[in-house]
Amino acid sequence: MNNTEYISFMDHQGKYKGIFAWIFSTDHKRIAFLYMYAIATFFLVGAILGLLMRFELIAPGETIMKPQTYNGLFTVHGIIMIFMVVIPGLSAVFGNFFLPLHIGAKDVAFPKLNLFSWYLFMFGSILAIASQLLKSGPPDTGWTFYAPYSTTTGTNVITATTAAFILGFSSILTGLNFIVTVHQMRAPGMKFFNMPLFPWSIYATAWIQLLATPVVGITLVMLIAERLFGIGFFNPDLGGDPVLFQHLFWIYSHPAVYIMILPAMGVITEIIPTFCQKRVYGYKAIAMSSLAIAGVGFLVWGHHMYTSGMSNQARWFFSLLTFIVAVPSAIKVFNWISTMYKGSIDMKPPFVFALAFIFLFMIGGLTGLILGSVATDIQVHDTSFIVAHFHYIIFGGMGFAFFAAIHYWLPKMYGKMYNFKRANIAAISLFIGFNLLYFPQFIIGIQGMPRRYFDYLPRFQWAQVISTIGGVILVSAIILMIYNLVMGVRKGAKAPANPWHGSTLEWTIPSPPSLENFDEAPFVKENPYDYN
Amino acid sequence: MFSNNSNFVHGVDTAFLLIFGIAIFFLIMLTTIMIVFVIKYNKKRHAKAVQIKDSSKLEIVWTTIPLILVLLMFYFGWRGFIPMRNAPADAMQVKAIGRMWKWTFEYPGKKQSDTLMLPINKAVKMSLFSKDVIHGFSIPDFRVKEDVVPGKNNYTWFIPEKLGNFDLFCSAYCGLSHSYMLALVRIVPEDEFNTWLAALPVKKSDDNNEGFKILEKNGCFSCHSTDGRKIIGPSFKGIYGSSHDVMTDGVSRKITVDSLYIQTSILDPNKDVVVGFPQGVMKSYKGIIRDKDIPKVIEYFKNLK
Repeated sequence: MNNTEYISFMDHQGKYKGIFAWIFSTDHKRIAFLYMYAIATFFLVGAILGLLMRFELIAPGETIMKPQTYNGLFTVHGIIMIFMVVIPGLSAVFGNFFLPLHIGAKDVAFPKLNLFSWYLFMFGSILAIASQLLKSGPPDTGWTFYAPYSTTTGTNVITATTAAFILGFSSILTGLNFIVTVHQMRAPGMKFFNMPLFPWSIYATAWIQLLATPVVGITLVMLIAERLFGIGFFNPDLGGDPVLFQHLFWIYSHPAVYIMILPAMGVITEIIPTFCQKRVYGYKAIAMSSLAIAGVGFLVWGHHMYTSGMSNQARWFFSLLTFIVAVPSAIKVFNWISTMYKGSIDMKPPFVFALAFIFLFMIGGLTGLILGSVATDIQVHDTSFIVAHFHYIIFGGMGFAFFAAIHYWLPKMYGKMYNFKRANIAAISLFIGFNLLYFPQFIIGIQGMPRRYFDYLPRFQWAQVISTIGGVILVSAIILMIYNLVMGVRKGAKAPANPWHGSTLEWTIPSPPSLENFDEAPFVKENPYDYN
Repeated sequence: MFSNNSNFVHGVDTAFLLIFGIAIFFLIMLTTIMIVFVIKYNKKRHAKAVQIKDSSKLEIVWTTIPLILVLLMFYFGWRGFIPMRNAPADAMQVKAIGRMWKWTFEYPGKKQSDTLMLPINKAVKMSLFSKDVIHGFSIPDFRVKEDVVPGKNNYTWFIPEKLGNFDLFCSAYCGLSHSYMLALVRIVPEDEFNTWLAALPVKKSDDNNEGFKILEKNGCFSCHSTDGRKIIGPSFKGIYGSSHDVMTDGVSRKITVDSLYIQTSILDPNKDVVVGFPQGVMKSYKGIIRDKDIPKVIEYFKNLK
């Protein structure tokens, strides 16, 4: 490569200057940064709201807030974390940055649409935040907006659902963009099975985004129509059916769980081979299990509704399918662990985060079996067991994968390196804080502590106290981690092009990459994880 | 090994034990293997990775074994559940009525109670009715839970097998005081139950009052009590003809509650808010409570002393 011609995308002078060089840029890498800064901000806001709830729950009765405030808080926490952080998170940040790099492309298929998706995302997010601040008060329905409560409460439900609707379109367009990118933009010679597994997971995710998100869009429009015009879709007083709302909502929102977790699995599948210096075990099985999860994931929504009064046939059908979708997830875990076998393992921070991910994801997945089985789900449905379970999957899974990804790819994105020791301390404190926070909730959940409770019986207090302590540790560890990353970017040592001896294409180009990524045509390997 | 609180405990807890057993086995096994690999193949001890070819035999094994295990778990989960949908025909019928944020239990003969009193060792079928939004009928000690969905005739049943007091929770989020929507379940010997039931008063006559029905249907009692308690808004008790200080456009003035004031409060609730209560909490019921229904509400208030 001719070094005199190399200019990093960060230093590249385009048409615009200052902040406009970012917010008008159609470069997939700059758009990834735009998403990342926005999402990191929303994540901190969401985390602080979560911590406030934890303080409220440290003792029975009113501690620091009124019930209406608490009900608004868990709704806002859910809306921010689900629609503004977790669903876009990995796809929009790392998918945007690394999907083109992994397949040897200059950019995504539709760069302008990509920027437009970010604007939609920001517009939806601002609207969501506005719904908290407008006159009638924050929505108090939970992020699930269950009817008929959501069609009758006096709070800002319309603003919040409109926001979710717009955020949905951002997600659909990103998915569409990535599907076309994978089909059309691969470097010459790169077949589907020469792609690394991260693009595979982004590809599977993109299909869910494209096909499932419209369902929630139309559902939220129906909800708005019912509130504004009194059209009776869901409210039985108007001739509607409240359970219909749940079906429509979960037809999207269950696949959405896979929108969250599939890219996370993709990230982990990149990190493990790199730090083991070993070819990923079962490449095809991992690629196919991503598609299998995406496909079967469409057919299991009813397991959120075992207590809704659904027919018995529906209950056993959804239970059976739910158990079957557990198998491809298990296969991925077996593959990750097998990849470590006879590797040459380098315990760098991204790998430490990946190990934490596997452990937390296993707990999340295995407790999911309790929820798939009808008899046991009846006991823990709508209790803090569910809260613990989905935080293990979404935060322990997607969240830790995000942390692993930023530690893995930060040197490539910024061309700078962070402090390893501090990163490891943050990773271990995050892990301890996380388990202290969520594990006790499993136990009191089985004992019957319902979720979304402002107040509770004194016999559940021991767990709430441990959880709150865990919450404080967790938030402190997040702050330490972000501080370390920011210090790395600002004052860290210059990172080489390939600090981890990775084998995929992003490590063959300078850090940070140039505007068009590959100044020379990339060399496509038969197996992307070939370390010889 | 299992508690004998109800007839479902055994089936449900068997499924719990089986799934947790398998889950804990896999969690410990996989975590141990992971730790062993991380130590044994650390690059200090194992400088060069050995590249290994995929083995389809191994992949078939680790696909088939989990598949068999999940089908087993599915079966036990289903077996524990089937009896929950097969209520015996001779079960005692009790209605559970959920409204924001209170449970009422109605026994044969329209007798109502706030406590769910039941005789031991007798099957009871609970028909679940909601007056407003979705509630959840949950008795964790009995392994019983079913949503109370307005417009649907959901039910659940069980046989209490142990004397004592148990907690009933609302498990489906239903608004402001969701976490206070609790009730007591008391399981007593049959003769004690019969004595109690005989002494239980018949349903209050309010339920047939037109005005009361309108107020109940629109969820007014969520915020306004009929017994003088302050919930969110002022109590309806004795409200007609009473005097209050209200804020009108930021100015305090004294009014007497009459038909006009009640009508204004329904259609434009934030115009004259009683001092001590917040602005902007109540929405207008214009078009929701019909104009011809307002006099019925006023009539009800006149008699609510």
